[in-house]
This record gives sequence, C-alpha cells and structure tokens, in this order.
Amino acid sequence: MTPENRAAYWRANLRLVAICMSVWFVCSYGFGILLVEQLNEIRVAGFQLGFWFAQQGSIYIFVVLIFFYAWRMNKIDRQYDVDEE
Amino acid sequence: MELKLLTYLVVGASFALYIGIAIWSRAHTTGDFYIAGKGVSPIANGMATAADWMSAASFISMAGLIAFLGYDGSVYLMGWTGGYVLLALFLAPYLRKFGKFTVPEFIGERFYSRTARVVAVICLIVVSFTYVAGQMRGVGIVFSRFLEVDVTVGLIIGMGIVFTYAVLGGMKGVTYTQVAQYCVLIFAYTVPAIFIAIQITGNAIPQLAFGSEVTGAGISLLDKLDDIVTSLGFNQYTDGTKSRIDVFCITLALMMGTAGLPHVIVRFFTVPKVRDARISAGYALLFIAVLYTTAPAVGAMARYNLINTMQPGEVGSVDGNLAYSDRPEWFNTWEKTGLLKFEDKNGDGRVQYYNDASDEFQDSAQKFGWQGNELFVDRDIIVLANPEIAKLPNWVIALVAAGGIAAALSTAAGLLLVISAAISHDIVKGIFLPNISDRRELLAGRIAAAVAIVVAGYLGFDPPGWVAQVVAFAFGLAAASLFPAILLGIFFKRVNKEGAIAGMLTGLVFTYGYIEYFKGLFLKWAGSPWGENVTEQWLFGISPEGIGALGMLLNISVAMIVSYATAAPPQHVQELVEHIRIPRGG
Repeated sequence: MTPENRAAYWRANLRLVAICMSVWFVCSYGFGILLVEQLNEIRVAGFQLGFWFAQQGSIYIFVVLIFFYAWRMNKIDRQYDVDEE
Repeated sequence: MELKLLTYLVVGASFALYIGIAIWSRAHTTGDFYIAGKGVSPIANGMATAADWMSAASFISMAGLIAFLGYDGSVYLMGWTGGYVLLALFLAPYLRKFGKFTVPEFIGERFYSRTARVVAVICLIVVSFTYVAGQMRGVGIVFSRFLEVDVTVGLIIGMGIVFTYAVLGGMKGVTYTQVAQYCVLIFAYTVPAIFIAIQITGNAIPQLAFGSEVTGAGISLLDKLDDIVTSLGFNQYTDGTKSRIDVFCITLALMMGTAGLPHVIVRFFTVPKVRDARISAGYALLFIAVLYTTAPAVGAMARYNLINTMQPGEVGSVDGNLAYSDRPEWFNTWEKTGLLKFEDKNGDGRVQYYNDASDEFQDSAQKFGWQGNELFVDRDIIVLANPEIAKLPNWVIALVAAGGIAAALSTAAGLLLVISAAISHDIVKGIFLPNISDRRELLAGRIAAAVAIVVAGYLGFDPPGWVAQVVAFAFGLAAASLFPAILLGIFFKRVNKEGAIAGMLTGLVFTYGYIEYFKGLFLKWAGSPWGENVTEQWLFGISPEGIGALGMLLNISVAMIVSYATAAPPQHVQELVEHIRIPRGG
C-alpha cells in the first residue's frame, strides 16, 4: 500500500466518523438536552418529542449509527483493498 | 408454590447452568484465559458484552433512579448507550488490530514506556474496584431480600460462584456464561415490564405503552404522571431539576467512561477480525438497547403504581391515603429489609407520601393536616418490588431475583478478569518476570483472580454509597484517564510518552480528587468528604457525577501541550500507529 493510498484511506475513514459523530451529537446532546424544551412543544404518539429523544429516540439512533458505520467501513476497506478477505 | 422455595429453585437452576458452562469451556492457555482464544463470534460477543456491561446498576438501580428523577434520569439512558458509538468508531477496531491481551499493554507499547503501562494499570484497578464494589452490594440486596439469607452469607455464595467460573474458565468461561446470563437477565427484565404495560395501558410493548393512554383515563401515561406527581408537590416527571450544563457533562462523562472501561474494551479483543469488532459493538448495543429502552417505561410505570398505591383517592380527602393497616404484602416484606420505611408523623394511621421539601405545597399540606412525608422508599428496590406491586405471579418475582443476580455476577466476573489480567500479564510478566512460561502465567492469572474476588467481596460488605452512584464515579474516572489516552494513541501520532503519562495522571488525580472532596470514596476514614456537595460549591456548576467530562478535557489538553513541548515518538511507534489504522497487513 502506497503512503498516498494509506492517507486517502484514513481520510475516508475520518470523513465517515465525522458524519456519524454529527448525527450522534445532534440527536442526543442537541435534541435530548440543549433543545429539549423547544421540542417538548411538539407531541408525537403521546410523547413530548424532546423527552422522547432523551429517553428513547437517541438510543435507537445510536444502534442504527453503529451498523451504518460498520457497513460503510467494510465498503471503504474493500475499495482500498485493505479488507480481511 | 411458595415464593421462597420457587426463588431458590430458579436461582439454583441458573447457578447450575453457569457452572456447567464453565466446566465445558475451561481455559487451557493464556490466550484462552485473557481473550478467549480470539474465537468468539460477533453475535455471541455482542451478547456477552451486553451482559458484561449491564450490571446490577442497570438491572436493579436504573429504572428506580429514572422513576424518581424523571427527565434527569435521561443522563443514564443516553450516557450508558452513546458510549458504544464512541467504542465502535474510535477504539474497538484499532485495538483489535493491535491484537494483544490487555488495555495497559496497548498503552505501554504505544507510548513505549513501562511507566505509562503501570499508570494505566493503576487507572484500571481504581476504576474496576470502584465498579465492582457496586456489583457486590447488588448481590447482597438480592440475596437478603429474596433468599432471606444474611447479606454476608449471600456475598460469600456470590463470590463462590464467580470464583468457580472466572478462575476456571478465564475469559472463555466468562464469555459463554455471560451469553447465558444475558438471556436470563433480559427475559427477567422484559417479562414483568410487559405484564405491567398491559395492566396500565393495554399495550403489550413497554416502549410504546410508555406514551399510550392509561386504560379508562383518556389521558396518556406521561401526562397522567405529570398530573399526579405535581398534585403531591413533586417536580414534573417530564421535566428536570438538574442544570443544563450538569446534564450535558454527566452524559458526556458517562459516554466517555463507557468507552474507557477496560472490561468492555477487552471484549473486542476476543473476536476473530477487525470487521467483527465493529459489527460486534453494534450487536452489543442492540442487545443493551432492549433493556435500556424498556427501563424508562418501567420507571414511569413503577412511579405511577407506587403513587396510586399510597394515594388511591383524591389528594387531601381523609380516606384518599392508604391506611397503614390495609398495606399490601410487599409493603410488609420490604419494610423488614429497612429499604422501605413508614413513620406516622401525624398519627392518623394513613400513609402520606408527598414532597415535603416543596415550598408551594407547604400550605396545602398544612390544610390537609399532613406533617411531613411519611414514606421513605429506597430507589434500589423499585425494579425488585415492581412485580409484587403489580401483583404478578410468584414465578415472575423469582425470575427477577435470578435476573438481578445474573446482572451483578456477569459484570463482577468481567471486572475481576481484567483486574487479574492486569496483574498477571502487565505487572508479573510485563515488569518482573518477562520470561515466565505460559503455564505459570496462567497460574498467576488464576491466583490474581482469586485474590481480586476476596478484595471485591470485602468492598461489598462496606460499599461507599448506593449502586448506581458508586458506579457513576467509576465512569468519571475512566473518562478522565483511560479513554483519552487510547483515543490520542490511535488518532494523534504526535502524542508521545511524556504527554500521555502527564495527561492520564492529571485526569485521574483531578477527577478522583473532586469526587473524594465532595462525595467521599475511599478516604472516609480520613474525614472525607470535606466539601459541601451543593451546586453553589461546584466548579462551573458541574456535579461530581459529571466532573469526568472536565477531567477528560484536561487530560487531552495536558497530553497535547506536553507532547508538542517534547520530542516526537520514535519511528517504530509511528509505524505501529500506521499498522493499527488499517485492517489488513500494514
């Protein structure tokens, strides 16, 4: 693997991590903590939305995020030919 | 069948299962003992991680905490799940590629320093023992209530079981026992939740029942709960009392702490490949989420049931409160443990349960002839008493007892194992006897595990506080010491030995000092806590539970500054970083 390839692989990884971490932050710290009062004005299925994000929604999103990351990362691995066959 | 006998049967059967698995999966090499020979499938590892992770604090204490904290309880829900995203994205795949046995070993090699390795061992031991003390208290509560044995005897039985499968099976035995323990604990947690959800709302899925209408009331559970708690002077359920910055910091400290807990990290050393480490973190969180999304529903329903029991009629009317002579059976049994107390302050023979600290409610209380809150409920009993409060059949109650024990034992075993690995692999082999044979190292590991169990048992007799809180401090310490060191080691090539050591020590000392100062942890004999634990005294309004977030920032800042002020790491270390960053070859 050339140093350029290596650097490009690492950049692709960091880009994916940055996207996932933004979602992670917005859903938990954003919706669940910083904007909780504003979102509580909105009601969905008997829940105040901010409260729902803090006690339910953020957890579902965390699970989806990890599976998404693993799936994308496997693709990037293959693309740069560093996957474990 | 009688409850006690049934509980003995269910708990006994679960113990027989764990020991059977331990005998079947004995460890033969140090590889088996430390990392289960790297042969665990990602799904099994996910399940084992979930059981390892979900401790007595998650199973016994969390829903109770949420029941009384309401919105503020969200810090535990988000904090103890969001950390898995950090683990999957920042640590697990790289540490798996590194491919050694322990967390201090990584820190020692990455920072080319025995001192760094020893500092990491110290962080690991402080964190793990703080955590294990909480587990032992959980075991004690379950044994004393359900098996009606002395707490001491309960602890000794618990220690004996862990001893058998941790010492015999090492990581391999612990992993497969944890898979079984996950099944026991998740079944025990969800079954009563489903029953209670049906009783209250008619909806069988707790996660949805949580927002559904209360049967016959025409109003949703959470709204109804907001109404009844405020009518008794309590804070609104869906609203919190903690400051925004404190909620933010506690959540952050719990997340970083989760990602820095050695007994969780080491689980990702046991899978065959790097890609397995990533997906395994996903499975772990999926299995954890089953309990973590049920818990807030359990908390809300338990609070609702508890208040309805104590206040069956209108607030303020004479017969609106439960008469003590009519108290249900569970009230009686929990009173015996001292975790539920009633004191008839106004001598009317009825239970008044309300918030006597609320100024606005003072006048109403006076008018009703109430002279203070008369009921003390320990938060730790909520989950355990829940099936009884909801009048569920005895086999459900027995199951909950077995589940609580499974949760505490699985976590205790995982913790004891990382402590023993740190001692036999990082200290004995890494420092004193580098040429020790595999067989003798395995023996050293087993002896270290045995000693650690005895120490943990001793801490269980006199734990420094209640379960979830003690555990919360372990997270703060892990967040401030181990997590930043590993993260920097992987993502910043320039961070060197001096930076990492200075950072870890700063983070650990600052965070530990702050907690000891306000809460008292291990230095109670020397007169701690020294400070008054109130918002006005806290640094930036951050509580001891959340201070790990600040400790983490301090750690990173100090590590960066010191690293840039000193020489870059040697070539072979920079190559090591390049090597762990890609899954194949390198």
